[in-house]
Parts: sequence; C-alpha cells; structure tokens
Amino acid sequence: MSTAAAATSPVKAVTRSRLFWPAVVLAVLLVANLAFTPDFFAVRLQGGHLYGSLIDILHFGAPLILVSLGMTLVIATGGIDLSVGSTVAISGALACLHISESSDPGSLGTVLTALGIALGTAVLLGTVNGLLVAKAGVQPIIATLILMVAGRGVAQLITDGQIITVTSDPYKMIGGGYWLTMPFAILLSALVVLATVLLTRSTALGLLLESVGGNPVASRLVGIRAMRLVALVYVFSALCAALAGLMVSSNVSAADGNNAGLWIELDAILAVVLGGTSLNGGRFSIGGTVLGALIIQTLSTTVYTIGIPPETTLVFKAFVVIVVCLIQSPAFRAKLAARGARTRRTTRSHAAAPTNREVGA
Amino acid sequence: MRQQPVLEVRGIRKEFPGVVALDGVDFRLFPGEVHALMGENGAGKSTLIKVLTGVYQSDGGEVELAGEQVRVTGPLQAQQIGISTVYQEVNLCPNLSVAENIFIGREPRRFGLIDWSAMRRRAAELVRGIDLDIDVNAPLNSYSIAVQQLVAIVRAVDVSAKVLILDEPTSSLDRDEVRQLFTVMRRLRDQGVAILFVSHFLDQIYEICDRMTVLRNGRLEGEYLTSELNQVELVSRMIGSELAGLDQLGGGKRRERTAPTGKAFLQADRLTRRGAVEPYDLDIRPGEVVGLAGLLGSGRTEAARLLFGADQNDGGTVRIEGEVAALRTPRDAIARGIAFCSENRKTEGLVGELTVRENIVLALQAARGWTRPLSRTAQDAYALKWIRALDIRPGNPEALVRNLSGGNQQKVLLARWLITDPKLLILDEPTRGIDIGAKAEIQKLVANLAEDGMAVLFISAELEEVLRLSHRVGVLRDHRMVAQLDNDGALTPERIMATIASGAHA
Repeated sequence: MSTAAAATSPVKAVTRSRLFWPAVVLAVLLVANLAFTPDFFAVRLQGGHLYGSLIDILHFGAPLILVSLGMTLVIATGGIDLSVGSTVAISGALACLHISESSDPGSLGTVLTALGIALGTAVLLGTVNGLLVAKAGVQPIIATLILMVAGRGVAQLITDGQIITVTSDPYKMIGGGYWLTMPFAILLSALVVLATVLLTRSTALGLLLESVGGNPVASRLVGIRAMRLVALVYVFSALCAALAGLMVSSNVSAADGNNAGLWIELDAILAVVLGGTSLNGGRFSIGGTVLGALIIQTLSTTVYTIGIPPETTLVFKAFVVIVVCLIQSPAFRAKLAARGARTRRTTRSHAAAPTNREVGA
Repeated sequence: MRQQPVLEVRGIRKEFPGVVALDGVDFRLFPGEVHALMGENGAGKSTLIKVLTGVYQSDGGEVELAGEQVRVTGPLQAQQIGISTVYQEVNLCPNLSVAENIFIGREPRRFGLIDWSAMRRRAAELVRGIDLDIDVNAPLNSYSIAVQQLVAIVRAVDVSAKVLILDEPTSSLDRDEVRQLFTVMRRLRDQGVAILFVSHFLDQIYEICDRMTVLRNGRLEGEYLTSELNQVELVSRMIGSELAGLDQLGGGKRRERTAPTGKAFLQADRLTRRGAVEPYDLDIRPGEVVGLAGLLGSGRTEAARLLFGADQNDGGTVRIEGEVAALRTPRDAIARGIAFCSENRKTEGLVGELTVRENIVLALQAARGWTRPLSRTAQDAYALKWIRALDIRPGNPEALVRNLSGGNQQKVLLARWLITDPKLLILDEPTRGIDIGAKAEIQKLVANLAEDGMAVLFISAELEEVLRLSHRVGVLRDHRMVAQLDNDGALTPERIMATIASGAHA
C-alpha cells in the first residue's frame, strides 16, 4: 500500500531527524575537549553553586541562545535581523544608566524600572525594523543594517563613550546570579526557549510563519495577515536581544556601548543555520538553533581551554565552522559517499580501471 | 517574389521526461516578413523558440540558416550567427543607461578602454534610426516598458540583423505603445529582417503578420498566409481535432442542467482594472457554475482575481448577497465566503516544504488567526477526511506537498478551500497539466458541489470541459468580456470559438 513507504526503521528516523547532525557535531566537539581536558565533563558543587566547563558553556552561551532564538523566527519568515548586536548594547546601556543614576541602585524597584526601560525601548526598535520590512517593503538586510550601524552609535551616546559600572545586587542576579544551584542566566534562557516553543507550536504561529516564509504569494492568497506577522517577529527578535543585553551587562556589572554584543548577529545567524533552518525561510527548528548556539559557544570555550593562541582563534573557529557546514550539507555527504563507493569499487577490481578513468582529471 | 528562406527547420523533435514537446516540426522564415507562431498553451511554441535560440538542444531534426546547416548550441552563439530574441519581460539592466544597455558586452573600445563618446554617438544614431526620441544617457528604467522593449529590439537588431524573435512583446503594452512597436517592426521588415512574432492577441496577429505557422500538441498543423485564413478557421486549427471528437465524447454525458434562478450570490458591476481587464458585469447564483472561456492571456484570470481581492479593481463594484463589498485583500474575500484556486499551483497555491496536512488546514487556520489554533486532532481529521474523499495519493498527511504529482497537489488545494465551506469557489484552470483520471474526478466534484448549492466560477482553456460543467459561459477576448452565453444545450464549442474569434464587440 502507499502508506508502506512511510514506515521506516527507527534508526533511519533518528538519522533523518533535523536535529541529528547538529547533535552529532556538538557531541563530537564536547568529546574532543575531553582529549585535552580530562575533567571537561566534571561538574562539582561548591558553596551551593554548580561549577564546571559544561555549566560555563550554558552560562556564557545563554545570551547567544536568546539572540539566536529571535533570529530563528525572523529567518523563518525569509528575513534577517542584523541589528540585534546594537540592541544588546542599547539595552544594557539604558538599564545601567538608569541604575547608576538612581539614588538607590540596590533596590528591586530601580532594577525593575531599568528592565522596563530596556525592554520597552527594544519593542520600539523592533517595531521600526518590522515596519520598515513589512510595511515599507525594505529588504530586511538593509532595513536592519540601518539600526545595526546607528544603534551602535546610540549606545555610545547613552554611555557617553564610557563604560558605565553599576553596583546592584538585584541587577547582578540576571546574568551573574545563581538560583537553585544553577546560574540564573541558564534558567532564564531555558524559560524563554520553552515559552517560545509553546508560543509557536501550541498556537498556529509557527505554521503561519513557516507558510509566509515558504511561499509569501500563496500565503497572501490564503488570507494570512503576513504584514502583521512579519512585523511581530522583528519585535520579538529585538526583545530577545534586549534580554541578552541585560544578561551581558549584568554579568560584568557594566555597560560597554562599544563592545557589548559586537558581532553577535553573525554568531546568531550561524547558530540558526547550523541548527538546520534555511536562510530562504520556511521551516524552522528552535531545538536546532539551541544546539547551533551551543556548538558555537563550545567552540569558543574550547579555544580557551586548550590554549589556542589568541591570534589564531578566529581562523580556528572559521575552519571548524566550514567543516561543520560541509558535514551538514546533504549534497556534500552524498558526494563523499559516492566517492567512497567509487574508490572501493576501483580497488576491488583492477581490470575495471580504464573504464573508471575520469575524463579531464 | 519570395527568395530563399533565411531560416528553415525540418523535423525538429524535442522530448522532456514523459512528454514529446515537439514532434517533427517544420518551420520556415523568409527575410522581410513578419511571421506569427500560433498555438494554444502547451502547443510547443516556447519550446520551438527555445530550440531556435539554443536554450534547449533539439533531440532531432536540422536547422538551416541562410542555406547553411547550423547547430545552435546556446543563446550567445545563436546571437553570433544571427538569431536574436526579445522576451516578454525585458531582460536588460534597468539601472544602466540606454546606451550602455545597447552596447553591453560589446562596447566600442579605444586603447583598451571603453570609448564612451563613440558609444553614445552610435546609440543615439541607432535609436534615431527607429524614430525614437529618447536620451541615451538616461537610465533605462526612466522609460516605460514599451520604450525599454524598443531598446531591447534596437540592441537585438544591431547585434545580429537576420532573424528577430519577439516573444509576447505586446502583453504589457497599451494601444499606442503597440502601434509604436508595430511601426518599428514594419520598418525592420522593410529592411529585410525576418521577424518571428508570438502573441495571444488575434487582432494584432492579423494587423502585423504576413504569414503564420500553427502548432498543436507539439505537431505542425500548417503554414498559412494571414490573408487566406480567417480568425474562426485559425482558432479551430489551434484548438483542433479535440473538437471533432467532442460529440462522441461529451455529447451524451453532458448533464441535463437547469440554471438556478433566484438572487445572485455575487454581482460584479462594470468591474475593471487598467491593463488587466476592461469593465465587465457578471452574476453568479448559488448552485450555478459559470464558465469563463477565452484564449490564454485573454483576461480570464485577471477578471477572477478582482473577485477575490487578489488584485485591486480601479473601477466598478462587487455586491455580495446584495451588499456592496470592498474586496481589498484576499482576506476580505475569504471572510465573505469566497475561495480561489490559482492556476499557478506551485507559485501561488502550495507551500512546498509544508506537509499535506498543513497545506490543507492553512486557509482555515489563517481565517481563525494564530491565537486560535486548530487542534492536532482536528487537523488530522480534516486531512484524513479529504485525503479519502478526494483520493489524494500518497495517503500520508505528513508527506511534503512538493513531492506530490500535479493532480494530487490540485486536490490538496481543493481540500484547503473546501474545508473553509465557501459560498463561491473560483477555480482557475483546475485541471491543467493533470492526468485524465484526476481530471474526471475534479469535474465530478465541481458538479456535485454546485448541486449542493455552491456557486462556482470555472476557468478553463478547454472548451469541452467548460461546456460540460457550466450553466453559463462568459467569453473573454483581448481583456474584454465579449459575450455571456447560456449553455442551453444548443451551445457548441464551435459557437464559443466563433465568439472568441469574431469578438462581437458588443
């Protein structure tokens, strides 16, 4: 019967899963670290807090996970958001400025107001991006490039070109605090990931986003209000970036308009792509994106723990990323498999050698 | 009087997997003539042009240019040996200047550098040569599509002046622009250029062309002098023997149908959109199937899109159940119970990377909004119900829709709209390119839906199909609704054809 084709072996179902290759890559990276750092997997409890390389990866990867999360939905609609790095900087700068100028930086009220200012501004920035893309029809890469460049300047204006330092325990909690033995940032990002999965998959938002990204013309003709959805997604992305910005500045108790979130948009795009969401839009995978972000963070951690000289860090990262992309490319795997099969064939039968000669090789 | 043909092809054959697109076609083109290539959609016109211009390699037959046998291996080589093409969409660089566009890739040079003044001078001469008064330094996109097309022609003729192929050049031009184009074509013809002209506008063919070649189903139907073949004969040769067999095929099976009376669900009053369709009136009652007939490009789709809010009308009104309705977007139309299956399943209908289930529930889900999701159980129920009802194969709701065959994709689209329980279903070429079994199933479904009280607007290039299903047939020609004929049993494909051909400007 026709349904017979659908029944595949469980092994095949696992390898065909969109999360399979990102998971394999992450596992390989982690295991590779074990060779250089034997206690890489060790997690120990010290003073009621968990410590270890794995915890570090999750902790320092939390902002990237958040930014990548917003980026995933933007990319699903066929867009891109280059302004997230600037939003990270602006959000941290605004929050720190408010706290540092307040008479009572340690009070919860001050910190909550600071969060409100940062997140509210993010909604505004996201709305600008969203309207430029959805309403004015500006290409996403251009529309968000504006804020990427201008936003960095705005952050520098807010901080007056200085690094604003704050001393506030409630604020320190967001990025640097611990709760239930875990770094609070990990719990916060996990919560946001979970909420986003629920938001997209237990409402129809995910389906409609994938439809808009997969075929905008058809989506209009089935009556999807694409404009509204697309604008909404940029707001969401800005919110995620702002939250990441709070985390980053909280962790170091300082806002640096020049360097906070610098180039994080590129890491986020990379995380989304590594996670198996196509830049053409359409199908997206939040789980894949989280794996992608963790791959990138593991790579950064690896660079430090195995002591790669700082001047070769970027080259090393680029090399690993190229390999990872190639491994994930079905076309490349098929080519590799074909070549493997051919070499096996030729080595087996010497007589067949002339027919296998490659033309023009 | 006539000399050697400048271009002669004999026995050209071109196959695609599963289809013979051209089957032993002969074709001649003489210097100093405008020659029309005629045929319905799918007759092989585009394939023949693509073989002549080297986009496709033929699987058999020979091509002779000026008496010498040639092999056309690619578009660039075709230009070098003297065959140039101007396509419907101007494929020049809109943001470069007119002069740059004319000489791009073959710029006049001095000491290895581009000689700009020579380029401008020669471009100005060429443009003046066809009585076109434009600034050759201005960017191409500062001019209308018509002028851009003329610039493309100037370039094509200057590159190689033997054979010029114009593929649907007039489809986006208005009347005056067409006249301007024709003036240029006549001038080039008098200079000895052989012009091959493809157009869906019969009037234009008869105005400009000296001879025509008619293709049907990939075969040569014949070569005629325009003066010796009137429009009715031309249309019947394009549609061809399918008609001869129609009586045996359809005559007995045609349903006995009495047109429903009563209030119209939808009334269009002088509805129009500039450049797409001239003002037309149309009533559709519940339970009624109204067919739209006409050649491809006659404005059938354009007329239907206005009723769905897919395009904005710039004149006239639509009443739905007696009330004036502003259909600004498809969403407005859907909210009023209208559904539209586009003729372009892939580009305007399905989301290829989503599953059959997701594609089926998409319209209903869009109407509910993202905050009120259909439960997975409900989605599965809809998908399974319609997979069974329409016999969609494979019967797996989780299959990606892009992997389905054309007929099954069409059924998925139908299912998508039927679960929204529409009052008016607009079907644009629902049976095109699908196999005969699926075609019969879809026809039966349409008839049943109408019997249950749904209003249907049925667009098809196949007159047989339109007649079998419709109570009434609107006939379009050159973007105008020229007649509405009652399908009272006496209506024949011949009469529809005669209406298409004569145009009965009334």
